[in-house]
Amino acid sequence: MNISLLSVVGYLVAIAALVGLNAVILVWLERKVAGHMQFRLGPMEVGPHGILQTLADGIKLVSKQLVIPDEADKPLFLLAPIVSLVPIFAAMVPLPFSETVQAWELNIGLLLIIALGLLNTLGILLAGWGSNNKYALLGGARAVAQILAYKIPLLICVMTIIMMTGSFSLRDIAIAQKDTWNVLYQPILFIVYIITVTLETNRSPFDFSEAESELVAGFHTEYSGMGFSLFFLAEYSYMFIAAGLATVLFLGGWHGPWLPGVAWTLIKIYSIIFLMMWFRWTFPRVRIDQMLSFGWKILLPLSLINFIITAGVLAL
Amino acid sequence: MMECCYIKEVVKGFFSLCTGMRVTMGNVFTRPATVQWPRESAPLPDRFRGHIMMLADDATGYPKCIACTSCARNCPSQCIIVTGKKPEGAKKKMADRFELDFTKCSLCGLCVEICPVGALDFSRDYALASYTRNDFTTMDLLQELGSPF
Amino acid sequence: MNRPIQPTYTLDKVGEENFALNLGPQHPGTHGVLRVVLHMDGEYILQADPVLGYGHRMQEKIAENMTYPQALPYVCRMDYLGALSYNLAWVLAVEKLCQFEVPERAEAIRVIATELNRISSHLLWWGAFLLDLGGFTPFLQALTDRERILDILEEVTGSRLTYCYFRFGGLPSDVDEAWLTRVLDFIKEFRDRLPRYHDLVTGNVIFHHRSKDVGVILPFDAAGYGLSGPILRGSGINFDVRKHEPYSGYDRYDFEVPVDQNGDCLGRYNVRMAEIEQSLRIIEQAISAIPEGPVRSKVPKLIKAPEGEVAVAVETPRGQLVIYIVSEGGKKPYRVKYRVPSFANLSIFAKMAKGQLLADALAILGSLDMVIPEVDR
Ligand code: SF4
Ligand code: SF4
Repeated sequence: MNISLLSVVGYLVAIAALVGLNAVILVWLERKVAGHMQFRLGPMEVGPHGILQTLADGIKLVSKQLVIPDEADKPLFLLAPIVSLVPIFAAMVPLPFSETVQAWELNIGLLLIIALGLLNTLGILLAGWGSNNKYALLGGARAVAQILAYKIPLLICVMTIIMMTGSFSLRDIAIAQKDTWNVLYQPILFIVYIITVTLETNRSPFDFSEAESELVAGFHTEYSGMGFSLFFLAEYSYMFIAAGLATVLFLGGWHGPWLPGVAWTLIKIYSIIFLMMWFRWTFPRVRIDQMLSFGWKILLPLSLINFIITAGVLAL
Repeated sequence: MMECCYIKEVVKGFFSLCTGMRVTMGNVFTRPATVQWPRESAPLPDRFRGHIMMLADDATGYPKCIACTSCARNCPSQCIIVTGKKPEGAKKKMADRFELDFTKCSLCGLCVEICPVGALDFSRDYALASYTRNDFTTMDLLQELGSPF
Repeated sequence: MNRPIQPTYTLDKVGEENFALNLGPQHPGTHGVLRVVLHMDGEYILQADPVLGYGHRMQEKIAENMTYPQALPYVCRMDYLGALSYNLAWVLAVEKLCQFEVPERAEAIRVIATELNRISSHLLWWGAFLLDLGGFTPFLQALTDRERILDILEEVTGSRLTYCYFRFGGLPSDVDEAWLTRVLDFIKEFRDRLPRYHDLVTGNVIFHHRSKDVGVILPFDAAGYGLSGPILRGSGINFDVRKHEPYSGYDRYDFEVPVDQNGDCLGRYNVRMAEIEQSLRIIEQAISAIPEGPVRSKVPKLIKAPEGEVAVAVETPRGQLVIYIVSEGGKKPYRVKYRVPSFANLSIFAKMAKGQLLADALAILGSLDMVIPEVDR
């Protein structure tokens, strides 16, 4: 393999631009979706239909003072948002946008993304511990407890797909769905995947670690300005990656008629993100112990049964 | 049987979630309730209670107030200061100072109701903002009216 | 004294793992300046001590230093969500003390306005409760409908929140036909929109799991702690001041008192939702049978109450409000006592929160429908 320094820098810049742009669009979209689902309009003032609102907010956040609480564990406190954000740059690398547009084809891309997804939790835990705030600590602890509920069903989902395709490479998985998308074979698995991914990205109805009405703002209670915006950036980027993974695993990646591959990928990704926003603005929050039992009693059996049936069908 | 109930619960729960999502999607297609203030504003009802204001006598353009001070005495928050004297040649007193401390006013309307000559009314002025509170601690209600003094 | 208030507590389990968590006075889940000191073992609450008084305004003392009409606007500021009920209680108390007559038309309009106020209060509670459970859309859905009630009430009272509309002996101003039609239109539209509320929340499986069997109050406790309103009825005790000690002509209307036997958050929820529908019924009946005539009887301009004492109970959206006035004659009351529902209702929170998860404790607090300025007075 032949990687020049220049291309690495080029990819990094492209990914950084994607992360930034994605967050700008998603924050705006989220506010718009929330607004219209609640008989409101959402941002309307900055730019046409408020499209530049996020930019204005971003500038405001960046120019704000970074307040570090006196009693906080300063190194951890500062490290936490970065720990949350950095893995994204790595996780974006193996994500294929079309046959040709992909930062780097890795034959274990899927594993990389799944593993890096865990680092987000580490960031949350560090933030919770480092801010020396009881609410933040509870948020961090919840995020760790949450892993137990979703990681296993998520892995089983992914395993099923890997079993069907016989490859860890995201590109191969997408190519294998040229004719029929996996979601048609595995509708239940798709639902399980969406639920676990909502859990993984800390989105309502599973937003335990922020849980506004319970924990004020959870793990980022003490963060202001830049730290807060980095967490935001991370959250939306994880959503993007999770939706990108769903696109490749279930929705046939870049395959689709008429439009070019990249467009199809983006359309699918943003539809899934819209679905997750739709969840958020519809449901009340699940209680944490209920979520754990939901993970073990419903998600796990469902995905396992699915796995076994798939294995059986494949063996025939 | 247990399993059957369990699965039924799960399926029922799933559909209840779908119903909820249908409602929110329905919301998207209903007209938003937002009024884009300040570009447009919601209609003010007739009985809207803004801060109180002094009415002018139609004939003279002077304030109607006869400085009987019953509004000041009846105000629960003691936010009205009114003094008056007789203009030269007139029979009745007339207010020469009528100040409202709007920061204390509870907009209860007792002053409006008690006034024997109907000199007070609620204004329709709701967009009040200022950089100092002094603008509201002593609002001179006679300012815009003519004065015999 | 600058010493901070130290709640007295004994911990059942003392260990390294326990910690005290200050819930409030600024916390999105406490709906105001209520502070609850929670002693926690992880996510479980060992003990909850509500600390009150951040919004104490000496309402009773204020009322004792004011003439009867002057106290009127203050009374309405205790419970900002059900201001008209407070307004009604005060005028009823003074009317009873001074034996003022109230024309029937005024009574009917009072009932209409108070019931509208009750619906708006329940709607806001509905949204805020769901907000406590983590759903945001219900809050704004309730607010859009509540806004229309506020518009309707604003048209007659002139204000949107802390109404001060009733006067001794009636009302300061009559309502017109157009307003009554507007109320009827609203009822019709609102009935159409109520299924949306049930679709979005009542049937929702997550909501069900969050509220069923959470924070159960036994009827014995409910009566013992002096709870009232939907919380009492949610525990299976049928008591509603409007039904059992009718005032302001409530005995003329045909309505039911919804009761739920479960005593949990869901029970209280169901009671309130059913109450909204009963309120709609009451308003309809009141409008269809509204008598013609004056809205204010002859009342002296300067109110001097005779010597005596009087107590009046009113069903506010949160429960039974009792206003007790002792008069020694003269323009001002000698002693005023408010028995406010939220205060009594909050008293059971410490007992219920014990041993619960933090999330459940907040759901319970939400289901109690607290208005903290009312608790603190
Ligand atoms: S409205 Fe009430 S508080 Fe305001 S000035 Fe008049 S009497 Fe006083
Ligand atoms: S009650 Fe009327 S007339 Fe008397 S002082 Fe007040 S405004 Fe003037």
